[in-house]
Amino acid sequence: MSIPSLEIKNLSISFGVGRSGVLAVDRANFRVGSGEAFGIIGESGSGKSTILRAITGLHDNYDGDVLIDGQMAPRPRNRDFFKTVQMVFQDPYSSLHPRRMIRATLMEPLEIYGLDRRDARIAQALSDVGLAPEYAYRYPHQLSGGQRQRVAVARALLLEPRILLLDEPTSALDVSVQAGVLNVLNALRRARGLTYVMVSHDLRVVAHMCSRIAVMTHGRIVEELSVEDLRAQRAEEPYTRTLIAASRAAVTAD
Amino acid sequence: MTDPLLEVRNLRVAYPSAHGYSDALRGISFTLGREKLGIVGESGSGKSTAGRAIMRLLPAKARVTADVLRLSDVDLLAARESEMRDIRGGRVAMILQDPRYALNPLKTAGSQIMESYRIHTKASRAEARDRMLAMLEDVHIHNPGRVAGLYPHELSGGMGQRVMIAMMLIASPEIVIADEPTSALDVTVRGQILEILNERVEAQGAGLILISHDLPLVSDFCDRVLVMYGGQVMEELAARDLSRARHPYTVSLHASLPPLDHAVEELIVPEYDPSWLTETTNEHPKP
Ligand SMILES: Nc1ncnc2c1ncn2[C@@H]1O[C@H](COP(=O)(O)OP(=O)(O)OP(=O)(O)O)[C@@H](O)[C@H]1O
Ligand SMILES: Nc1ncnc2c1ncn2[C@@H]1O[C@H](COP(=O)(O)OP(=O)(O)OP(=O)(O)O)[C@@H](O)[C@H]1O
Ligand SMILES: [Mg+2]
Ligand SMILES: [Mg+2]
Repeated sequence: MSIPSLEIKNLSISFGVGRSGVLAVDRANFRVGSGEAFGIIGESGSGKSTILRAITGLHDNYDGDVLIDGQMAPRPRNRDFFKTVQMVFQDPYSSLHPRRMIRATLMEPLEIYGLDRRDARIAQALSDVGLAPEYAYRYPHQLSGGQRQRVAVARALLLEPRILLLDEPTSALDVSVQAGVLNVLNALRRARGLTYVMVSHDLRVVAHMCSRIAVMTHGRIVEELSVEDLRAQRAEEPYTRTLIAASRAAVTAD
Repeated sequence: MTDPLLEVRNLRVAYPSAHGYSDALRGISFTLGREKLGIVGESGSGKSTAGRAIMRLLPAKARVTADVLRLSDVDLLAARESEMRDIRGGRVAMILQDPRYALNPLKTAGSQIMESYRIHTKASRAEARDRMLAMLEDVHIHNPGRVAGLYPHELSGGMGQRVMIAMMLIASPEIVIADEPTSALDVTVRGQILEILNERVEAQGAGLILISHDLPLVSDFCDRVLVMYGGQVMEELAARDLSRARHPYTVSLHASLPPLDHAVEELIVPEYDPSWLTETTNEHPKP
């Protein structure tokens, strides 16, 4: 790999102290090349979201390094950083202001970064995620769970970031709508050479989207697999094997 | 089947919109016994609305009508708000779709679970605390002591779901409406959580409505399934027959699943046929 688009080196994050403290991420490392999609799977509470939140600077007191195109990410993160890196949060509510109409939420980043053709961009972003333009005139609580999640994806796409961090971006979508959103994400990545890091519990989604996959338990990345290994069930760690076996059982049940 | 726990006939819900009211449910009907009923369907098809209508948790401005909306002996359309407060959480509990948002941000996870227990029982604080910790352990939280002391924003996505589940199951309700309860859990924990829900139905005779977009899961876990589209029930079938469903919408869902064992260039996105929505109600299913 030449200089990776995104790299984390010995990243550690802890919360609290003493008995109620937890080492949420323990010396995690990975590199993602330009135009590549990297997946993270693993136990609930194993630190997947915490890694993504540290990359975007939401958890600022991490140890270790976050590098974008080989350069240390600024602390705190600045405007340029967010032009390059955007995140879709696991809880769509956290990227949508509850008292603000969807249109205002989508307009804000376009204004901050002085982008043109704002209404056209908003309409395009909504249509990319399968929502009619009218949805711009709703408040977050007037949307269904999956509609909110799609607005959160649309918002991240608006700034045309080069690096997109996706935390369970389709967990609230039925498979038909999910298929549309995943197709758009893949088409954008191919057309613009975007770099993705995607967290998902759904191994089918991860396998479809990502070429390499990290597996986490208890704050640690315990192994990294290629998608071919994942599909062929070639995993070293017992946890990964259980995960793949359970997912396959779930798939063959139908 | 004996008398159903829940009966819903011709339920309609409309939300106020920019131009008058817009329909979210266009006359759905079903009954629930001591069984596991799955509801699947497109995003925005009205699944959560149906759950919230049963709980009478819709916004005041929503227009709700039904021929029947009955919880064994209670007419849910006529029940007073004070009666509903006893029913909610006590007899019927709903595990909401966005748990970390649905929880009170200013109270710890543990205190909210304890509160839910104490509202519906006369338990002491100490007893409630023990029950709360046991419940967190049941939902496979590794360190119940620590997690009980966390605020909602400090929980991971899957922890939030499990806290919500613990909070809703702790008062042993007769009916559990679970709205995407396991979407943030990995397959191994998901199986354990489903086992807990299953036990409520099998051992305690509760009724479960499981709203999910995970077709293999619903097919495997539930007894019966309703397939929804555009505010209507498109078809109702035995869960194990889900992969042999006939309605074109249900068939299209299967085609859109990304395969696990081989790669595909692009996923199939179904084309919708507006004629699916011309039937007005599923009250008299076609033979
Ligand atoms: N702000 C915080 N304060 C305290 N603890 C936190 C905070 N944020 C995360 N944690 C803890 O860090 C651990 C990892 O959480 P994280 O959200 O990264 O898990 P995850 O792998 O994304 O899990 P899930 O799949 O359930 O979303 C958890 O034990 C969580 O309680
Ligand atoms: N408070 C509201 N005001 C106006 N419209 C609403 C409101 N709540 C929901 N809706 C609309 O009603 C329809 C049904 O929403 P509902 O939340 O029941 O869908 P759902 O089937 O649960 O979808 P999902 O799988 O995405 O969660 C959607 O089109 C939604 O936009
Ligand atoms: Mg997470
Ligand atoms: Mg919903």
